[in-house]
Amino acid sequence: MRAFTYERARTPAEAAAAAASEPGARFIAGGTNLLDLMKLEIETPRRLIDLGGLKLDEIKATRDGGLRIGALARNTDLAADKRVRKDYPVLSRALLAGASGQLRNKATTAGNLLQRTRCPYFYDTNMPCNKRSPGAGCSAIGGFTRSHAVLGTSEACIATHPSDMAVAMRLLDAGVETVRPDGATRTIPIAEFHRLPAETPHIETALAPGELITAVTLPKPVGGKQAYHKVRDRASYAFALVSVATIIHEDGSGRVALGGVAHKPWRVEEAEAAMPRGAKATTEALLSGARTTAQNAFKLTLAERALGAAMAQPRG
Amino acid sequence: MKFDTPATTNPIDQLKIVGKPVDRIDGPLKTTGTAPYAYERHDALEGVAYGYVVGSAIAKGRIKAMDLGRARAAPGVLTVVTAQTAGKLGKGDNNTARLLGGPEIEHYHQAVAVVVAETFEQARAAAALIKIDYERAKGTFDLASAKDGAPPAKDNPDTAVGDFDTAFAAAPVKLDEAYTTPDQAHAMMEPHASIAAWKGDKLTLWTSNQMIAWSRGDVAKTLGIPKDDVRLVSPYIGGGFGGKLFVRADAILAALGAKATGRPVKIALPRPLMFNNTTHRPATIQRIRIGATQDGRITAIGHESWSGDLPGGGPETATQQTRLLYAGANRMTKMKLAVLDLPEGNAMRAPGEAPGLMALEVAIDELAEKLGMDPVELRVLNDTQVDPEKPGRPFSQRRLVECLRTGADRFGWNRRQARPGQVRDGRWLVGMGVAAAFRNNMVMKSAARVRLETSGQITVETDMTDIGTGSYTIIAQTAAEMMGVPLHRVTVKLGDSTFPVSAGSGGQWGGNSSTAGVYAACVKLREAAATKLGFDPTVAEFSDGQVKAGGRNAPLAQAATEAPLVVEDAMEYGDLTKTHQQSTFGGHFVEVGVDAATAEIRIRRMLAVCAAGRILNPKSARSQVIGAMTMGAGAALMEELAVDKRLGFFVNHDLAGYEVPVHADIPHQEVVFLDETDPMSSPMKAKGVGELGICGVAAAVANAVYNATGVRVRDYPVTLDKLLDGMPTLA
Repeated sequence: MRAFTYERARTPAEAAAAAASEPGARFIAGGTNLLDLMKLEIETPRRLIDLGGLKLDEIKATRDGGLRIGALARNTDLAADKRVRKDYPVLSRALLAGASGQLRNKATTAGNLLQRTRCPYFYDTNMPCNKRSPGAGCSAIGGFTRSHAVLGTSEACIATHPSDMAVAMRLLDAGVETVRPDGATRTIPIAEFHRLPAETPHIETALAPGELITAVTLPKPVGGKQAYHKVRDRASYAFALVSVATIIHEDGSGRVALGGVAHKPWRVEEAEAAMPRGAKATTEALLSGARTTAQNAFKLTLAERALGAAMAQPRG
Repeated sequence: MKFDTPATTNPIDQLKIVGKPVDRIDGPLKTTGTAPYAYERHDALEGVAYGYVVGSAIAKGRIKAMDLGRARAAPGVLTVVTAQTAGKLGKGDNNTARLLGGPEIEHYHQAVAVVVAETFEQARAAAALIKIDYERAKGTFDLASAKDGAPPAKDNPDTAVGDFDTAFAAAPVKLDEAYTTPDQAHAMMEPHASIAAWKGDKLTLWTSNQMIAWSRGDVAKTLGIPKDDVRLVSPYIGGGFGGKLFVRADAILAALGAKATGRPVKIALPRPLMFNNTTHRPATIQRIRIGATQDGRITAIGHESWSGDLPGGGPETATQQTRLLYAGANRMTKMKLAVLDLPEGNAMRAPGEAPGLMALEVAIDELAEKLGMDPVELRVLNDTQVDPEKPGRPFSQRRLVECLRTGADRFGWNRRQARPGQVRDGRWLVGMGVAAAFRNNMVMKSAARVRLETSGQITVETDMTDIGTGSYTIIAQTAAEMMGVPLHRVTVKLGDSTFPVSAGSGGQWGGNSSTAGVYAACVKLREAAATKLGFDPTVAEFSDGQVKAGGRNAPLAQAATEAPLVVEDAMEYGDLTKTHQQSTFGGHFVEVGVDAATAEIRIRRMLAVCAAGRILNPKSARSQVIGAMTMGAGAALMEELAVDKRLGFFVNHDLAGYEVPVHADIPHQEVVFLDETDPMSSPMKAKGVGELGICGVAAAVANAVYNATGVRVRDYPVTLDKLLDGMPTLA
């Protein structure tokens, strides 16, 4: 871990301005991902701006019947929120499928969206990685790729996004509210928030330098049977091989998003039109363009079967 | 004392304290966080500096240049030790690769430098500033492609009885299958850790090590100093599983760092370094051929195994149980050892049998299906009470059949559907599996010093280790039983090389062997005390803190009124292990559910029935077995060091990537010990259980998965991706 300066931000705008003033600055909230990465010198910020004092942890109803979730709302609190459990159960289930109780007590909503990949080559600083060192090359390609992405990959990166929560947020059409260093605010639709790797896998989100997430908003509830099935090798405390978030209405229409298959939560709105025709038709459209390796090709079969199970008998 | 005739009645048979499920005497220290582990010896010394180990970034090749300048100049740095600055170093008898590499590199994350600084953070930060230019050499990293042409494993000759080839060819029912087991990590909770301090030429190492005497010798040999100048202290160990049988880089580099700085130096291996820097259980490829008559009698059984290791290393002895487990007149085993440039392979809990039974006990399940027989019945039919290679040599005890029958009854085995894929419970396909457990019982010379204090307290000193197994407790129970005092009157001191040399903790020999050594010392102390008190030592009885004989009694403490009585003895072994085969046996029964859609596998029930001689403490023995069953579940379903075959390293080198079972993976576990004593093993009449518990578990799980789904997986771990294509079509 490199030496760094530490400060507490007083307002979101001040935090954003401070972060933009220095390239090596990073925000810290729960720290459940950043501190690990700093110990391994994968992240080497020179300046840490602690958001802990910003009081951004409220979960409030919005005027249009949705929810506004403060950026610092803890994963545990969000999962347990009565409105979330009643109106957005897929979000609560996705949260509880992630990490451990201890981590969820620390981890925040915005921090969860900003988790970095768990690609083992990203974690080993002896290995070339375009995320850690743009242009260095990707050592995962051609290596051990069982957990890697099968959709939206590039020649530069085949990493996945590890978040469960983000998959549910994508399914629910969340919006990401931010403040920029100049004080301007905007809402980034979740569909545009996470990026595919393309040639710049080190740029993972639509956030501009210094831009700070202040809240995540949910539109008014859409009902339906909601489920989150996280498939993994052990029963708990493991990242998804594939996860399937679904909303299924009585008429067979619905929504589906996948985790563990791409550099971002994977949802294809056009594919959802096929849902009344069944899982096979839906997954054909959802997974079109997939590029697999011998080790991760199973993710396609797995996604189709998991979706099939969810559609056959919603596990609500 | 020499043990060369079967045990007769002795004071242990009273079973007033031995055989009782008493709580661990070290439990309160551990649960309150006050047991001083190696890295935490704040009690022992001050002014400790911190070492941080740098591992090689390549698997094979050499260091062309090292730039240490920035690291040396970094804040708080006291020294940087490399192979170039360390002076000449030897290599321990139990090490394959050197513990400080360079310029030649033998494996990924081989230590190439240690940075010593005032704080851990300073050492770690400075370590990242070291720049190394490597020259990569071509290595061999893939067992499957190195397998053909691999020579026979040295010191492990082929075995053959009868005419396997002819008998197999002629057998009416044949099985011929290949199985693979992956490289596995010990993944113990406490990392390898040491503090080193020099006083003149004398080195003390507070370390985490299973085998004090071996490791003392290897430290001396590596550093090129006399053994007498080395003291090892290792009273508490946070898990070893074979990974701490040997001296590792933490100990040697702490010693070198302390020498260079004149300060005590502590080093713990960081978790991401452990998987490639230390040892692991080597992967195997196994071929099993079994021929049987139509009614299920085995006529030919052959087991070949391929594994790999660095030059000079050894094989994973996966065929050894096949020489002893089942009858059959025609038999053969072969082991081949390829040279691989992966990190060094070595012992992990039940080396040989654990991966060997992962293959053999699936093969038996497959054979049972071919024969249309129940797999329990097939095993019972092919039981043998003698060494099948030497029919004149009986087993000392062998109650495998009773283990299997008892287990089948308790588990409800008769509810198993022989045809796979028949049982459904909601989203789950449900299946049952069985496997035999088998592990040899080794006996090792073990010594102890026993002292009757003037206070009447009994102190036992031996360099035996407690790796979480319960050694403290069973040794205290042994001494209390022998001396006729309550448990709290016994103090046990372990893990110090100034104490008499014990069997140490490995190969499940520690429990029986170390208590037998304490037994020997206590026999001597009884003689000394009785004589001192004027009793005939051959008839004196020790109970309730009294010594009794000829209608007279006296308090035991009286024997030490003037000065403590101190004796030392060892238990040594004669030829009983040659005349009788000593092994431990069990039956594992497992029920699994497999998600009909996603093929996720979850264990629903586990039962082990064990026959392992006298159980010295049913509570700690049960803990050993359920822990081993958990490890077996991991081997079955998730544990695999993933090899990058281009770059030659284990990719998933942390506990996020190398998955071991969590609580949610482990269901109700039941353990039954058959009531048994084995007079051939030692006066304790006990045998090992710590490794028996893992043997066969993974195969029972794999067999249950097959029974649930009809998909046979022969490549461990049994993960859902290997099942998906064979799963039933979704409705």
